[in-house]
Amino acid sequence: MEDSHLVELLWTTFAAFLTFATFSFLYKDNPFYKFAEHLVVGVGAGYFVVLLVLTSLKPKLWDPLLAGQWWYIIPGLLGVLMWMRFSKKVSWLSRYPIAFYIGTSGVAIPLYMYNSINRQISSTLDLSVGFGSLTAFWGIIIVIGVLTGLMYFFFSKEHKGAFGGLAKIGIYVLMLGFGASFGYTVMARISLFVQRIAFLESWGRMIGNFFS
Amino acid sequence: MNIFEKMVGLDRRWVFLFLFVVVTGAYFFRNSFSVNVTTTREVRSIYDFVENLDPGSKILISFDYDPSSLAELHPMSRAILMQCFRKGVRVIGVTLSQYGAGMVEEAFRKFGSEADSLYNTHVEYGKDYCFIGYRPYPGFVILGMGENFRIFFPRDYYDTPLDDLPIMQGVRNYDDIEGVIAITSGTTADMWVIYGNARYNMPLALGVTGVMATDYYPYLGNAIFGLIGGWKGAAEYEKLIGEKDAATAGMPAQVAAHLTIVLFILIGNIGFLLSRRSKKTGN
Repeated sequence: MEDSHLVELLWTTFAAFLTFATFSFLYKDNPFYKFAEHLVVGVGAGYFVVLLVLTSLKPKLWDPLLAGQWWYIIPGLLGVLMWMRFSKKVSWLSRYPIAFYIGTSGVAIPLYMYNSINRQISSTLDLSVGFGSLTAFWGIIIVIGVLTGLMYFFFSKEHKGAFGGLAKIGIYVLMLGFGASFGYTVMARISLFVQRIAFLESWGRMIGNFFS
Repeated sequence: MNIFEKMVGLDRRWVFLFLFVVVTGAYFFRNSFSVNVTTTREVRSIYDFVENLDPGSKILISFDYDPSSLAELHPMSRAILMQCFRKGVRVIGVTLSQYGAGMVEEAFRKFGSEADSLYNTHVEYGKDYCFIGYRPYPGFVILGMGENFRIFFPRDYYDTPLDDLPIMQGVRNYDDIEGVIAITSGTTADMWVIYGNARYNMPLALGVTGVMATDYYPYLGNAIFGLIGGWKGAAEYEKLIGEKDAATAGMPAQVAAHLTIVLFILIGNIGFLLSRRSKKTGN
């Protein structure tokens, strides 16, 4: 067997060990799980630091400065000011880059407003959006669902009588939503598990080939 | 403790063990089950979108996920890429996930060579697809690409200037491509909707993890033209392109797992109701 195959087998075996170590948490917390958890966090943090240096710091600050574009020193200094948070005396200086960052995020406010409120209201009231031949019917169901769902969260009026009945319909609408989310969540988790089973199957085959 | 209280107080590890046995069994005997995957309009609309593009058209696919979501999102990435390569639709790839770059680069190479052997194509880097890499702060990157791809990505993942890539000739921003498909496992989906579609109004479709899917259905028809949710969505796409792969293979295990969980929910609720009744009657 070639060296490269042996190396691949060793790394895959290590990955299989980490898979078992992670699953062992389902029984109870243990040192193997802790090892796998700390390894992921450590490797992830280290990888991200290197990536940030190579994709941001070098091309967006270091290289332009070396090329004589001196004005790049301004964002560089703002970045340095962020680190002042670690000193009690001068931590106030970090507010300047944070203010700059929050200020630029202001571009999102009208877009959020348009997307999450205006568009959603108009789509909810648009009865042409629906399913198959019963488009208008489902459109009305959606309008009723949204209104009753909102009524449930209206706490300035006691949930009694007709209002209480509508709020109760709202609860059922919310339950339907939570049920759909739960079903999807089960699917997501099982997907991850099945993929690990598929990986362990391929690892087993690799081991078998190695010894045969 | 009577049997009903025992049912309610069942140690969750028994549930895990039972689920493990059921899912593993269903996965290994997957060829013995036949799960009929029905296609939905939200997935079909993405398939139709790509299918109706002319060969040589360009789309942007943003692979905004990392290896922890690979199991869920790679099948849909593969299905879409295979369709693009078969159709001759050119793909500009990007990732807004810090841990995604290496994974995406490998995916392009792997699926490109799979397309070559399956469809007898010759998928070529720079001409049929390119990968421009990763930049941090996704919201700003999405806004920046709306002005000019070269603001954040003067060079691709392999350090080649974007202008040297044939696929990037004549491509300045979203106006010069047919649309964006963002396959995402986090908040970048919101950013694509808000900073991408709401700001630049380009056609946008999302491929998301199962956990996220219900959050993005309200955007269907107004901000996004299609949605692929988790493995079920990926299995639908595999059916549409006529190739059964990982997602389809996992469907029997999914069905078995869902039935098992429904069973446990029923047992738990029946146990709860009966134990409450027996407490009331004092037995």
